[in-house]
Amino acid sequence: MALPSHADTLERIWHKAYLVICALIFLFLIAPILIVIPLSFNAEPYFTFTEKMLKLDPTGYSSRWYDLLLTFGMDAPDAERDGSWWADVWSNAAWVNAAKNSVIIGFFSTLLATVLGTVAALGLSRPEMPYRRSIMAILISPMIVPIIITATGLFFFYSSTGLANSYPGIIMAHATLGIPFVIITVTATLVGFDHSLTRAAANLGANPTTTFFKITMPLILPGVISGALFAFVTSFDEVVVVLFVAAHDQQTIPRQMWNGIREQISPAILSVATILVIISILLLTTVEILRRRSERLRGISPG
Amino acid sequence: MADMTAGNYTGPAGTEGAAGTLTTADGKPLKAALNAAQSKARWRAFFLVAPLLAFVLFTFVAPIGQLLQRSVHNPGFTTHTDISSGTQTPIMVGLREWFDNNPLGTEPDEAAYAALAADLVVLRELKAPGSVGTRINYERSGSRSMFTKAARRAQKLEPPFKEAMLDLDEDWADPEMWAAMRGASSAYTFNFYLAALDMTRDVNGEITQVDPKRQVYVKLFQRTLFLSLLITFVCFVLAYPIAHLLATLPLRYSNLLMIFVLLPFWTSLLVRTTSWMVLLQSQGVVNDALVGANILADENRIQMMYNQTGTIIAMVHILLPFMVLPLYSVMRPINPSYVRAARSLGATSWTAFRRIYFPQTVPGIGAGALLVFILAVGYYITPALVGGADGQLISNLIAFHMQKSLNWSLAAALASILLGGVLVLYWLYDRLIGIDNLKLG
Repeated sequence: MALPSHADTLERIWHKAYLVICALIFLFLIAPILIVIPLSFNAEPYFTFTEKMLKLDPTGYSSRWYDLLLTFGMDAPDAERDGSWWADVWSNAAWVNAAKNSVIIGFFSTLLATVLGTVAALGLSRPEMPYRRSIMAILISPMIVPIIITATGLFFFYSSTGLANSYPGIIMAHATLGIPFVIITVTATLVGFDHSLTRAAANLGANPTTTFFKITMPLILPGVISGALFAFVTSFDEVVVVLFVAAHDQQTIPRQMWNGIREQISPAILSVATILVIISILLLTTVEILRRRSERLRGISPG
Repeated sequence: MADMTAGNYTGPAGTEGAAGTLTTADGKPLKAALNAAQSKARWRAFFLVAPLLAFVLFTFVAPIGQLLQRSVHNPGFTTHTDISSGTQTPIMVGLREWFDNNPLGTEPDEAAYAALAADLVVLRELKAPGSVGTRINYERSGSRSMFTKAARRAQKLEPPFKEAMLDLDEDWADPEMWAAMRGASSAYTFNFYLAALDMTRDVNGEITQVDPKRQVYVKLFQRTLFLSLLITFVCFVLAYPIAHLLATLPLRYSNLLMIFVLLPFWTSLLVRTTSWMVLLQSQGVVNDALVGANILADENRIQMMYNQTGTIIAMVHILLPFMVLPLYSVMRPINPSYVRAARSLGATSWTAFRRIYFPQTVPGIGAGALLVFILAVGYYITPALVGGADGQLISNLIAFHMQKSLNWSLAAALASILLGGVLVLYWLYDRLIGIDNLKLG
């Protein structure tokens, strides 16, 4: 927003002040996320910059907290770091096991949410869909209803149906929480979808299945993948439902973090946080690339 | 597509029916054929949605339904469920029968005490006095130990039972005790909603306020509303300038700056909360920087965490993107020539903003504010971690009753009230903005 040349002094001062205010708000948004990255390399068990760190002294930095992520929970953390040490990490380290659980739950809940959500979005975006608005409201509501209410309801429901303390129970709950994101992103992609393309395919003799996989799917794929990533992040970050319905030994990364924060917060938490920040940067980049690709495919100018 | 072709057949091949109505090639009236085709299309659309709808009904709507049922149904005083075998046994049968036969206000007589003593013997055999006592304890504290103690000696009690029971504990004659037992004698009750609103039934069954010292829930609802409003307002104040900047910058810059809004959106909630804990601790980065810059003396470091300040700062940061994105999508298409026209007609920049620009952004403000408010009202994780004692919201109390005090029916009643409020707001959001317009990045 450029200032016109006829602006008076007061306007110029205000414009400068406005830019400074905006810069401060952006700083407020991004600083807390970036601050954990240098702090996770702290050589001391503190949550602030030590003098050595501020002087950029290499001895003030260390990767000991990342090392702790591997060794915590191991049988023999001090053994020589050979193949059997890594095998020990893989099978016993608490954080590694939590990561395995998180990935398993995240993968299956994403799969469930994406498949069901995409098919439903196809139906919802048809103009002839009956009760479209009410059904849409029900399907989006898991995103709106406070998570503590969902978790409490699931706790009662799962204890009476025997799904408590089981992987299918958590996976289904996480899929439910991810579904609104899939519906929103896929229906957004389907807005402005040129239906004459599917008609052309049908006209050329393709049956509905072929039409879907050869015509519709490639065009809506960016939206589907974005939705899937949203669903995965939702599951990967979810802790309340896991706390309420999972068994004690079903640790996930967020649950392990939650316990770590509540009990003895150590810089190891910050190294996990750093890894998660890097993952979210990667995911954001992917989604942005997909969004632009989708707009190019659909012939909308970037914006 | 098949459903579109019905009308096309009426062209060259179509024939005029006897009554002069249009028919398709196979002789069906056009209207009926069209209706059939449309209904087929409707069913096809519905079948695409049906699997997901069934799934969500099972994993979301049914649990919520069970939550609502829990809030009005507590069989703690009427049915005992054996944990290992799952068999259900009716309990307190004699006493409940006495309650049915004697209306409210009847002084408990010897028959009532005899029924109570007999029921306690049954409880002892079922190993259930603890759970029954807990149920009465929700209404009248100190009752649980009376039940366990009395059940232990119930076998040896001899008539007259009234004297025998009172020998065990004077409080068995307490009218409040009998009112609580009468209230619990029906599995379906609204007492938990009364408790969730700081009310109770007195000895005569009238609804009254609880002792002012024990009123917590209404205050907590008020605090939740107040903090949510405050957080929504702060989010609006912070989001408006940056949304405006993003909307007026050329796209290649605004897309870059958008990362500052979207990265927090994609970052784990726990990571963001942890970061704020690191920043706001009394030995944390912010305090260290202030002390280092000699703005603050070392001994009066500001306490910014484990109180309301911590909750507000962290929640504003977490919810800010939900305000920026709707504002941005409303501001982007606003034509800058309107403001220019106002300026050229002599308006000052403030007037042009107030009378021309601002009114056009009101839909975005409404959408963002409603969304942020809905999300803030039910927030749990952040207040639990950084809120301390006075930064807790209603969700934290629901979790407390679920996990610590184990008064599940009260937790369900609190959750149902919160759910009702959120659903009203959600309905409003759908009416005013439409959930289809919800945007994610």
